[in-house]
Amino acid sequence: MMLSCREASRLLSQGADRKLAFGERVALRLHLAICDGCTNVKAQFEFLRSAVQSLSGDGDEEKPA
Amino acid sequence: MGARSRTSSPLAAPADFRRQVEDLRPYLLRFASLQLRDAAAAEDAVQEALLAALAGEANFAGRSNLRTWLTGILKHKIVDAVRRQARERPASDMGTPEDESEFDTLFDTRGHWQDMPDAWEQPESALGQKQFLAALEACLRALPQRTAQVFMMREHLGLETSEICKELGITSTHCWVMLHRARMALRLCLDMNWFKK
Repeated sequence: MMLSCREASRLLSQGADRKLAFGERVALRLHLAICDGCTNVKAQFEFLRSAVQSLSGDGDEEKPA
Repeated sequence: MGARSRTSSPLAAPADFRRQVEDLRPYLLRFASLQLRDAAAAEDAVQEALLAALAGEANFAGRSNLRTWLTGILKHKIVDAVRRQARERPASDMGTPEDESEFDTLFDTRGHWQDMPDAWEQPESALGQKQFLAALEACLRALPQRTAQVFMMREHLGLETSEICKELGITSTHCWVMLHRARMALRLCLDMNWFKK
């Protein structure tokens, strides 16, 4: 069963919040292999996470000794 | 923190420690404001965190990073405030877990993208730019309040979804739907207002 992009985007988001089941991971990987749009969205979701963390200036945090 | 922080006076902390803590107030206020849209609530959370920090100075001994330590204290105060808000003002924008109709414009009836998402060029280089961070903040403000709150609890405070559900009294499924909704809205907003400009 092929995932739709709608379902793939849902799993991409949930994959950032919970461990996906084996079947979900396989289905998602198969979908990403043939879908540039969802591959881009995956990178964008990941980027959002680091962008939000840089909002409060964690980037220039002094390194613990 | 807790009971211990209330037993000793904040004034007992040495002056230089007090000053170092105070110097971090603007950073902490910014951190809290990102999570709590209400400026007064953000002020209160920072004030509570600073008092707890000054009273519990001994707990800092041996740690290398004051800001990390204070931020950790502040996170607890923010979660307390979120919990209070959730209790006092049940959210009107929670929607139902099944309701993903707002995605209907993004996908066709077979669930394929109406507009194939393009790759963003060198997004990492945007992170150092003030204007980009301002654009991101504007996109966050455009989210419905509770959606933004759940998203920031997850991505800014770094809480697990199980903790977020517990604090807000919602199911995990609902939490995941809201997080998906937030990410989709934010990617669209940044796509339109930054990467395609």
